[in-house]
Amino acid sequence: MTTAQVNSYRTGPDEKGLFGIYGGRFVAETLMPLILELEQAYKDAKADPSFQAELDSFLEHYVGRPSPLYFAERLTEHLGGAKIYFKRDELNHTGAHKINNVMGQILLARRMGKKRIIAETGAGQHGVATATACARFGLECIVYMGSVDIERQKPNVFRMKLLGAEVVPALSGSRTLKDALNEALRDWVANVEDTFYCIGTVAGPHPYPEMVRDFQSVIGVETKRQMLAREGRLPDSLVAAIGGGSNAMGLFHPFLDDKDVEIIGVEAAGLGLRTKKHAASITGGKPGILHGNRTYLLMDDDGQITEGHSISAGLDYPGIGPEHSWLHDMKRVQYVAATDKEALAAFQLCCKLEGIIPALEPSHALAHVMKVAPTKPKDHLMVMNMCGRGDKDIFTVADILGVKL
Amino acid sequence: MGRIERRFAELKQKGRAALVTFVTAGDPDYETSLKIIKGLPKAGADIIEFGMPFTDPMADGPAIQAAGLRALHGGQTLKKTLKLVKEFRAGDKETPVVLMGYYNPIYVHGVEKFLGEAKAAGVDGLIVVDLPPEEDVELCLPAIAADINFIRLATPTTDDRRAPAVFRNTSGFVYYVSVLGITGTKAPDLKSVEKNVNRLRKHTKLPIVVGFGVKTATQARAIAKSADGVVVGSALVSAIEDSLAKVGKPSPKTVKAVHSLVSDIARGVRS
Repeated sequence: MTTAQVNSYRTGPDEKGLFGIYGGRFVAETLMPLILELEQAYKDAKADPSFQAELDSFLEHYVGRPSPLYFAERLTEHLGGAKIYFKRDELNHTGAHKINNVMGQILLARRMGKKRIIAETGAGQHGVATATACARFGLECIVYMGSVDIERQKPNVFRMKLLGAEVVPALSGSRTLKDALNEALRDWVANVEDTFYCIGTVAGPHPYPEMVRDFQSVIGVETKRQMLAREGRLPDSLVAAIGGGSNAMGLFHPFLDDKDVEIIGVEAAGLGLRTKKHAASITGGKPGILHGNRTYLLMDDDGQITEGHSISAGLDYPGIGPEHSWLHDMKRVQYVAATDKEALAAFQLCCKLEGIIPALEPSHALAHVMKVAPTKPKDHLMVMNMCGRGDKDIFTVADILGVKL
Repeated sequence: MGRIERRFAELKQKGRAALVTFVTAGDPDYETSLKIIKGLPKAGADIIEFGMPFTDPMADGPAIQAAGLRALHGGQTLKKTLKLVKEFRAGDKETPVVLMGYYNPIYVHGVEKFLGEAKAAGVDGLIVVDLPPEEDVELCLPAIAADINFIRLATPTTDDRRAPAVFRNTSGFVYYVSVLGITGTKAPDLKSVEKNVNRLRKHTKLPIVVGFGVKTATQARAIAKSADGVVVGSALVSAIEDSLAKVGKPSPKTVKAVHSLVSDIARGVRS
């Protein structure tokens, strides 16, 4: 693992799809020609100003960007330290950051002439975003979802169906997000001609980690512009929750070369890092190969993948995007963890102080903000990515609080 | 000359195709699995493929996924798979053994350590599904250096432009995946198999064996006409599953169920 100095943290991946030793293209031969085709198509689209113009237009008029950078005044007063801003990506159409990436990939799929879209989903947010964009463009949409997740995320399953998607239960393995990803890959292998696989996070074989990062980077680009307009300078720190890591990468990437900006990713510590019930791949895992890339993974001594656990179904994945693994090894980003209990406390505090019901995913980031903000001076500018709204989570939270709805 | 090369040379002299059998190591448990492989050559297997179980086998269908999970629940590990090969090899010096699986357990075990132990146990070849030619530095080149064949999958998407890259560092034989999709789900289209096998022969002198979806003696016989070998996997694994007393527990019929299916398909290949 290299810790050599680099001039820029923003040039990856290399032509093999590697960020240091992480990333790559660990897929079956059947998929290789498709992945190479996708890589070329994405390169062409990136170089075509009309593609970006079309995407920008949909982001503005359909998704509702730019999302506000909001000064969380009462939370700031309550914590008594850093000046806290929320990047309000929960205000996007469909209620989370996922749609930023989906719009990009679906426009790319259209450009490539693909008519059938497949996706995996855990909590259902990426599935809903994909179903939404497919409805908008009249594309066939198949969403793979672990049967365990289907049971615990019923409202999102119904949303996807309303939007015209077919939701296919993943019945193998642990029947959660990782198995949904396996099923989507199996579908892709069997339907290579007409199918586009819309991955929801900054993981998977190259070029997905790069492509999803690029589409999500709109979050950080806007944040930079908004903070400069608001405060006349860059923020001092950024905090975001990490499952696969797409909302975090979207916020972080445009700031990676701004050396004075402290960057913190918050993984899900579940019931605690000392128990086996967590989903903190970096803090509690080690490098391995799964789903097309080398990255930090949760596994046993034999290299068998273990289950992640988190109160938040969106963080419940035993891996993390490869670029995060590299940024961790390079020590450019600090990776910490917050427990279910801490996230729940943050969720409740945010509802009461700011009138915002956050999703359980950014509640983990908020839990970390609650820990560190009080230790910072009052002129410290801290941005937290409010990457999703909590409507989908009220059933989970009610259940834990012992409230019957 | 390695065991694989020697075996294909012998079969060429006999003028027939190879029967390659796949079962998952440790399915349903270590002892039963050992009995199954020990009897495979006598039942008609020319080459033995042994699946290394993995929790997330993304190219496999339901039958082989379930077999992997049965084996893992039964306590199978990579170490135990190598031990199985060693025990088999003690009683059979000739039948080639190929390990097939996914990269993570090997990577975590340590590539050099794994190759050393595999060679010592009597492993002749490796098929690692999630290592395309783009990742040859990971395991393919070290395996060749350790004198273990690295066998590549070629698929209907391996077109003439891509074929040279796929065959560059491969040895032993080529495994042609006859259908687009996962193991054991669709039946191969025999005409397209023949066409593709002949197309791939322009790119490689290695023997070409055909697998994915072969279930019956009739299919095996038809494929053996154009290919150098036929792989039967999911059908054997399903035979194990169907014979179980209850989930994960062998019955007195388990070993025999596999061997009689192999004998049946072997007759197809040899006729």
